[in-house]
Amino acid sequence: MNLTLKVWRQQNTDTKGKFVTYKADHVSPDMSFLEMLDVVNEDLVKSGDEPIGFDHDCREGICGSCALYINGRAHGPKQGIATCQLHMRSFYDGETIVIEPFRAASFPVIKDLSTNRSALDRIQQAGGYVSINTGGVPDANTIPVPKVISDEAFNSATCIQCGACVAACKNASAMLFVSAKVSQLALLPQGQPERYRRVQAMVAQMDAEGFGNCTNTGACEAECPKEISLTNIARMNREYFTAKLFKEEEIH
Amino acid sequence: MSNFAQTFSSSLGKKLIMSLTGLFMCTFLVIHLIGNLQLFKDDGGQAFNSYAYFMTHFPPIKVISYLLYTSIIVHAIYALVLTINNKKARPIGYAVFNGSANSPWTSRNMGILGTILLIFLVVHMSNFWAQYHWGNLPYARYEISLQNPQDIKVTSIPFEGKELAHADYVDARSGTQVIIAKNLYKIVNESFKQWWYVTLYVISMAALSFHLIHGFRSAFQTIGWDHKKYIPLIRFLGVWVFGVLIPIGFAAMPLYFFFFK
Repeated sequence: MNLTLKVWRQQNTDTKGKFVTYKADHVSPDMSFLEMLDVVNEDLVKSGDEPIGFDHDCREGICGSCALYINGRAHGPKQGIATCQLHMRSFYDGETIVIEPFRAASFPVIKDLSTNRSALDRIQQAGGYVSINTGGVPDANTIPVPKVISDEAFNSATCIQCGACVAACKNASAMLFVSAKVSQLALLPQGQPERYRRVQAMVAQMDAEGFGNCTNTGACEAECPKEISLTNIARMNREYFTAKLFKEEEIH
Repeated sequence: MSNFAQTFSSSLGKKLIMSLTGLFMCTFLVIHLIGNLQLFKDDGGQAFNSYAYFMTHFPPIKVISYLLYTSIIVHAIYALVLTINNKKARPIGYAVFNGSANSPWTSRNMGILGTILLIFLVVHMSNFWAQYHWGNLPYARYEISLQNPQDIKVTSIPFEGKELAHADYVDARSGTQVIIAKNLYKIVNESFKQWWYVTLYVISMAALSFHLIHGFRSAFQTIGWDHKKYIPLIRFLGVWVFGVLIPIGFAAMPLYFFFFK
């Protein structure tokens, strides 16, 4: 396959970036998208140019590092996969592919396609944890959890914190991410002691980081590599309003 | 900041306000449509004018109408604030944005649709609501035969410097019920004879349809009312009642007057 790439190049956070066009020739359809970029980078290095910077780590869709906005969609044209799981057979020979970093005020560009997504870490640090010692493995069924509830919690827990929800959202809202992190703990018994404090702290941090507001377009759900569903956002809203309006933890 | 103020200035709190004001306006639309169906009655506007008097003078309805004006203003202001925040959240946009791949058109254009509706509301309220309250409208006198309620004699009373009292009494000598009411029907009739006015109404009702197809179900998602048991009902109501039936009902009124009156 022969492709034309239009890649966002930006020296660092403070400089202005621009698109640079590259030719990618003799690309195998079996290559992953990141392997294709590796090949392009090798050529760039050989010719003495600066290689394209992009985030990647596990390359099997579980770490959430890779984050490319390809032809107008987060993680490219397929559903339910991260950029690293996207293969060149999803494109056609001669296609022009536009590659941009995830865009949000809260995700400053570090270099080229690599973004600083630590805003999501700070939201997690604000409340996305259980602060009791979980101890050793308990005997089976000492803490009863219904199957459907545990499945739902595990579905929410599959979030890999890649930020595709923010990138896909027209408002750069992080609500799908925050709601998944709130849900996975709110549904399980271990998450109960901090349940109402958690949702308030995480939403407050999300607002402080400057993410946008959800308008329920559903773009996040459609682009999420782990297919986290919008029902999480409804649950977060329920948790938040319950906490704020009915369950404020104060000594009376 | 107090807990209450903090709640409603948070992102979720602002969305809650959008949702509640939006749903309140949806319930109003149902009442407004049912009431205005009286425009289709062939009685020289008697039912419609009596209804207009009731809606502007019955105290509980007055309270609700002030709530409604507040809702419209708050909904518009919060929409503006949220939109500005959302634009700030992505200062550098995408060169290529393929929105249709992951979200419906209506959900991405609520602001544009809402702006059309706001412009429509300004025109609509200044033409009818403000005219009714301060516009020195003419009056209509209806004499309805008690033997045959279909037999209605209409006489127009032009405005002559001071407002008349609304009256509704039975004249036993002539065997008629006499109603003297502000003739809102007359200016509705005149407005709906103008092609540009009818066009504005039809376009606005199309905007209303798209706004509510997304807005109605979105409001429930924001409140957190999301359950397999009733989501199908909410989606059905949002599309077929608020997205289709109500806008078509409203659009039918100017079209009826334009083509058949």
